Amino acid sequence: MDLRLTPEMEAFREEVRAFLATHRDHYAGDAGARPREAALQWQRLLIENGYAARTIPKAYGGYGAEPDILKTRIIAEEFTRAGAPRGFANQGISMLVPTLLEVGSEEQKTRWIGPTLRGEVVWCQGYSEPGAGSDLASLQTKAVEDGEDFVISGSKIWTSTAAQADMIFCLVRTEPDAAKHDGISYILFPMTTPGIEVRPLKTMTGSAEFNEVFFTDVRVPQSGVVGGRGRGWFVANATLKHERGMLGDPNATEARMHSLIELMKTETVDGERLIDNRVMCDRLMQLQARVMAQKFNGLRLLTSSMTGEPAGMAGLVVKLQGCELNHQIAALAIDALGELGVLYEDGPHLRAKGSWQWNYMFDLGLIIGGGTAQIQKNIIAERGLALPREPKLASV
Amino acid sequence: MDFSITPDQRLMQDSLVRTLAATSSLDRVRRFAGDPADKGADIHAALADFGLAGIVIPEEFGGLGLRLLDAALAAEALGRSVSPGPFLGAYVLAPLALRLAGSKAQQSEWLPKIASGEIIAGVAIAEQVAGARDGAGVTSSGGKLSGKALFVTDALIADIFIVADQAGDLHLVRGDAAGLSRSPMPTIDQTRPLGEVGFDGVAAERLEGGAHALDSLRDAGWTLLAADTLGAAQVMIEKAVDYAKERRQFGRVIGSFQAVKHMCAEMAAELEPCRSLVWYAAYAFDDAPGEASLTAAHAKAHLSEVGRFVARTSTEVHGGMGITDLLGLHFWFKRIGLNRQMLGGPERVRRLAAQIQGLTA
Repeated sequence: MDLRLTPEMEAFREEVRAFLATHRDHYAGDAGARPREAALQWQRLLIENGYAARTIPKAYGGYGAEPDILKTRIIAEEFTRAGAPRGFANQGISMLVPTLLEVGSEEQKTRWIGPTLRGEVVWCQGYSEPGAGSDLASLQTKAVEDGEDFVISGSKIWTSTAAQADMIFCLVRTEPDAAKHDGISYILFPMTTPGIEVRPLKTMTGSAEFNEVFFTDVRVPQSGVVGGRGRGWFVANATLKHERGMLGDPNATEARMHSLIELMKTETVDGERLIDNRVMCDRLMQLQARVMAQKFNGLRLLTSSMTGEPAGMAGLVVKLQGCELNHQIAALAIDALGELGVLYEDGPHLRAKGSWQWNYMFDLGLIIGGGTAQIQKNIIAERGLALPREPKLASV
Repeated sequence: MDFSITPDQRLMQDSLVRTLAATSSLDRVRRFAGDPADKGADIHAALADFGLAGIVIPEEFGGLGLRLLDAALAAEALGRSVSPGPFLGAYVLAPLALRLAGSKAQQSEWLPKIASGEIIAGVAIAEQVAGARDGAGVTSSGGKLSGKALFVTDALIADIFIVADQAGDLHLVRGDAAGLSRSPMPTIDQTRPLGEVGFDGVAAERLEGGAHALDSLRDAGWTLLAADTLGAAQVMIEKAVDYAKERRQFGRVIGSFQAVKHMCAEMAAELEPCRSLVWYAAYAFDDAPGEASLTAAHAKAHLSEVGRFVARTSTEVHGGMGITDLLGLHFWFKRIGLNRQMLGGPERVRRLAAQIQGLTA
């Protein structure tokens, strides 16, 4: 245990700080799925300086640095400290780009990675289906070979940004006679292809964070397949790991904890600060301990990835624990606010634009999405504790 | 930036686990627990021989001169083996009290004897940390102590005592001093005997230095109790998982049922992040003093909660066998139970955690 940084790393931190101070006037966040011009410019500036797409090879439009997890973390810390918008973290960048780097053809890499990194091409993910959730490999959207093309029919659900996306990376069944996991292909095609219909999926938050996407005889070239026909399940699995790591991010949880503490220090009921209520304070301290444990677990994972040691159990628990903790923090904020906690949308007494209620509801979706809590427990038990799998039914 | 324990530390811990497997087997623990006359002299000797008695004592006084993180790794190993040896008070808190608040002369006189295992030091700080019960509390006047102290570590066998008075000052008392009386306080956990010590005008030497020494003893105590629970809870998970892989019902091992599998997964998911919290709290004690009290409080309170959950869930996974004496799982269950209440239960510790960071008055 030695949490000090080397002089080289301290110098790197200074470099990041200097960059952020110089470019304070250019900060531009990615407000919606389709970035504005200012945000596109900011993204390009970040890539040029190595603060986004840092380890993606130059040839594909990245910065081309050697992977250095500590530097990545310093960048994240300094951007958070300065309140500067980070580089884009959409599904194209966090899931498709790593997939293409790993298994894409040279032509696919050259064509898609650069524009995706720069925010010029927006992607959506076509994985889940109404009948294929936790059991994703049972997906039924079919792609029938016809000459140089596939003709796709079926539907996808939980597709964020489908309405804004230019392109989709999609799992489809190309080999109907193969075993469940061997009949799937991972394919890229434009969302403007005729036969695609996007319907917003309104959730309990009141907004449509997701969509349903329907495919009726959608004709797309076979050249969009990534990683080989029938290999889609393995291609997709390589990147699901990235999504799960993203969903349990301890930095985001720590920031939310900070907001909760501020709320409880400043809000009062009958003149008493929320934090002076013994029960509420006790709940806050319980959560603070969990946030701390998760933060230090994150540092431990960071060290394992630097030394190349397997993270084991410490990594397997991140999604389950992180999503639950975020949900609990929102729950305490609502409870501590009392009657004010139910206000939503608009109005004179609304706190934090209703974001605690929004988070409380949206986070329940995150506990379910990206591998439900129950699936996470199966993973922990089977991969982490070597407990046996549930026996397969003889026939279905 | 390195958030891990070193290969040397891992080696020390593994080696201690092996030593304890030999000297503090479950059979040995059972004999100790069942016989009040058994003072565990062989176990003391083995621990002292290993160097544990001097783990935080500077080398100039015959100790190993290690840090609290090393002591926490040792505590984890002791929790794993539910070892009856004296540790928390005798080998860590008492030496720390002398190190932080003792004079050079007091250090020279007592630290080498503690390090060599020649004497055992009891520690009486419960009233000042967990609160006074049943009229307990010690007052100091004119070099004499009066009153009584509860939950004193190694009270029946200690050769000297470190005692906190009601003003928070620390004193050193000889075990054979006139007016000192001791009696056992049987608890659920028979592996670590506690006692009540009475002071009827007992001569004491004040430990003059270190105004905040008591806070440091509290922080170290919280951290090591958390580490002990970490080790004990880890074993309870391992035992539950092993049992779930062997025990068959309805023609299958019970670990293939999701209901049982998820109990195991929940235990592991709760406990794993605790390891990092304990490491950090122990690290902060020596290397990030500004964060030491808060992280120690959170480690203590959180491990108390997770420990209780694991102790109960592991017992349930074992079915009816879990509650039998035959299996012996209850030694870990009770160890975790004592760690939870000692030096303040989680509710009290969390109240202090809020005060420590200035959130509440």
